[in-house]
This record gives sequence, C-alpha cells and structure tokens, in this order.
Amino acid sequence: MLTVEAVSSAYGRIIALREVSLEVKAGEIVALVGSNGAGKTTLLRTLSGVQPIKGGRILFEGAPIERLEPHLRVVRGISQSPEGRQVFGPLSVEDNLRLGAYRRQDAGMRGRLDHVFALFPVLAEKRRIAAMSLSGGQQQMLAIGRALMAAPKLLLLDEPSLGLAPLLVDQILAAVRALRAEGITVLLVEQNASAALAIADRGYVLETGRVVMEGSGAALLGDPKVRAAYLGP
Amino acid sequence: MSEFLQLVFSGLTVGAIYALIALGFTLIYNASDVINFAQGDFVMIGGMATVFLMSAGLALPLAALIAVVAAVAVGLLLHRLAIEPARGASPVTLIMITIGASIFIKGMAQIVFDKQFHSLPAFSGDAPIPVGGATLLPQSLWVLGTTLGLVVALYLFLEHTLSGKALLATAANRLAARLVGINVTLILAMAFGLSAAIGALAGVVATPITLTRYDIGTLFALKGFAAAMLGGMGNPVGAVVGGLLIGLLETFGAGYVSSTYKDAVAFLMILFVLFFLPRGLFGGRSVERV
Repeated sequence: MLTVEAVSSAYGRIIALREVSLEVKAGEIVALVGSNGAGKTTLLRTLSGVQPIKGGRILFEGAPIERLEPHLRVVRGISQSPEGRQVFGPLSVEDNLRLGAYRRQDAGMRGRLDHVFALFPVLAEKRRIAAMSLSGGQQQMLAIGRALMAAPKLLLLDEPSLGLAPLLVDQILAAVRALRAEGITVLLVEQNASAALAIADRGYVLETGRVVMEGSGAALLGDPKVRAAYLGP
Repeated sequence: MSEFLQLVFSGLTVGAIYALIALGFTLIYNASDVINFAQGDFVMIGGMATVFLMSAGLALPLAALIAVVAAVAVGLLLHRLAIEPARGASPVTLIMITIGASIFIKGMAQIVFDKQFHSLPAFSGDAPIPVGGATLLPQSLWVLGTTLGLVVALYLFLEHTLSGKALLATAANRLAARLVGINVTLILAMAFGLSAAIGALAGVVATPITLTRYDIGTLFALKGFAAAMLGGMGNPVGAVVGGLLIGLLETFGAGYVSSTYKDAVAFLMILFVLFFLPRGLFGGRSVERV
C-alpha cells in the first residue's frame, strides 16, 4: 500500500532522514521504533507532506505522492494523528472531529462520528467542551478520532502513548488493534517500543535517520540488540 | 448632558469604522500571524472607487458593490503576489511587505484616481435626528448598522460554516489544520479577501462623514491597529470593543481637551497597551517581542 524509497529530508543543513526505505502492506500494523531524534516524526511528517522531502520517492497505492500538497494526500486516504496532541484548542470536541472530515463531507460522516464516540466514549460526553480543557489522554483520543474522521486507508499515528498513564496506553493500543480489524492500515511511531512491537505485524528500527533493522514484531521484540537498545534489561 | 451625548454619538460612529478595520487586522493575523498594514488602503479603495463610479453615472448600490469587488481583487492580488511568494518568511518580514504594498497601493491610487479630497452624499439625507437633546446624523446610523451587520455576518460565517471553522482551526493550529486536509494557502487568501471586503464596506459608509483621499489609509490603519491591540490582537470581540473605545476616547479627547491632539489618542493607547497591557483587554495569545 505504501512504499517509501530512499527518502531523505533535512531541517536546514541538519539531515534528519538518510535514504529511508520501508514498506507497509494493506491491513498491516507496522511499528517504527527508535530513540528520541532518530527521525520517526520527521518520516511521518514527510509522508503527510508537511515536511519537505529532499530526495527519494513515496508511492501510495502505486502512485507517486511525494510532490502532492498535504491536503491532497488526505484526499488520497492518508491521515495522521500528530505527536503532542495537536488539537484545535479553542474549538469544541465535536468541531475538532468534524474538521477531521474536512475532505470527506459525505453521508458517511455521521456514522464515522458515532463510531469514534463508540471507540472513545469519553469524547461523546465532552463533545461540547473546548478541546484545550480535555486531559492529555482525552486530547490524544481526540487527535486519533479526528484522524479517523477522514476515513483513511492508511493511518499514521505519532506517539499515541506519549505521556499517558499505563492504563490509557493499553486502552489506546487496544483501539489501534480494533482499527486494523476494521481494515485500516496503521503505521505506528512509538518510543514505547515494547508496547508498539507487541501489537505490530512488522517493525522497523530507526537510528539517526537510517533504518538499521527490520523484522516481524515478535522477532524484533526478541532480538537482543533491540532489547538492549530500546527495551531496557 | 446633551454635549456628552453628542460626543458619544460621534465617538461610536468613528469607533465603528475603527472596529471594522480592526476586524480586518484580526482575520488576517489569526490566519497567518501577519499584521496587514495595507488594511487601511482597502478603506480608501472602497470610498474612492465608489466616488469615481458614481461620478461616472452609476447608482450608489452598484458603485459600492463594484468598489467592494475591486478591493477584494486587490486583497487577493496582495496575497498572491506579495505574501504567498514569501511563504515561510518571518512575520516581521511579512509585515514589512504589507507596508511596502500599502505604499504601492497609494501610489497606484494617485494614478487611477487623483490627489483630491472627495466626499459622497449622505445615503439618507442630512437631516439630523434629535435624540435626547443631541442630534444623530442618518449617516451615523448607516455606519453603525453596517458594522453591526458585518459583525453578525462574520460571526455566523466563523461559527456556522465549514470554511469559517477551517479558518478558526488554521488560526488555532496550522500544523493540525494541514494534517486534516485544510489548504491553508486558500484559507489565507480567503482571509485577505474577507478583510478587503470589510475594509471597503467601511470606506463606502464612512466617506460621507470622513471624506476620502488616496492616502487616508495610513491613518485608518494605525487607528485600527491601535483598536486591535487594545482589544487583544487576534480576538474579534476585542477588535470591536477596542475600535469603539478608541473612537470614544478620540472624540472625548477632542471635545473636552483639544482637537489638535485628536489623532494622538490612538498612539497614546498603543503605548499604554505596550507598557501596561501587552495582551490587550481580552487576553488573546501572548505577544512575541520583536
């Protein structure tokens, strides 16, 4: 579904991605793990088009998209829940979700809204409240829900568990698995490598802008080098 | 008492015009962090184009409509030719671009129009309406009514349409706006077009009271800027309240102190806000020191 071929990107003269190649097949959960500053967020932003690409190609469903404006990539079916719960603070929870469907104002929107409320019931309770007054965990749910409102084929999740209590992490990861069961393909970026690899079909390890390892989620979880570097003793 | 009431009437009338200009600042600032100092020139275009179209034989409503459309076209061109090519530049650079654009628009206005002062006949005659010992000019009602109408229309647009929500979303978080598929370039163009339309309408209704000339935009922009600062940059309610307050202060200053220093009031307010109230009356976002 998604093929990333030798993609490079930089912030000014600081190179953040060096010829990264990876593949996400339809129906998979693929985890991207690595330490802080490895380039995980940069890669997702490059895929969404909000970070300029310096070289390489991005193929989505066989078509090159690396020159498309961000909003046209959303139209193609790529939706991202960004790092740090970038919600529309002053707008209500429901407005945030409706704006998630900005490019898909169709008859199915009502149903998707109900679906997001079923996935995260707390959002339904707080639908009239300004997004900035939600707790961190609730904002994270809102960011994921907003990305789902675009009815994506490929969902990019950036650090959905960052700063959340362990119970909430489990709840969010359970939601990710439920999404895959519905046929949404997920590319998941996580610092919490053990949690991410545990639910992923496959994973890639990113280090200083390069892919240094890849394999099935279980294989990476069991790999001594990965364990030593990212999972602790 | 009647003198006081008279000053309130004229203060609210000029204040309403400042409020509309401040709203224009607010729209563009929210969408882009740019303070558009060409905002006052939209007021000039609205007034001058209406004057010249009417003298060419057009009826007022048609002349005003064409003037507003012309101002919107200038606003969109300003965005497309001056702001958009500098995308990614710092807000300070963009602000300087708008000052340059303002000078350019004034220069063009001298060629397209002329260098004279012009006025329009009041829309509903000049017979003053007596109210509580003071008098109210019918044109003041036009100004206040237009302001009220535009504020309500803007509110409905922002709160009840998808495009309006997209503008608010872009103001709240540009990255997230791009990620949900909002074309922020288009939103910014829309903000410039809307600001131009609001400014031009203010110019049409204000011209019978204030007169117009190719260079009146500068003073209007500064007064509107003072109003937006006083209300809290980026806050639409603050813009309206700030505009009315500046208008009232200016008129009371002229009435009770000295009309020589009328224009100084707005600048004193800017200094006051910068020293004591950097976020303005209605909070708003924190102000970055430049």
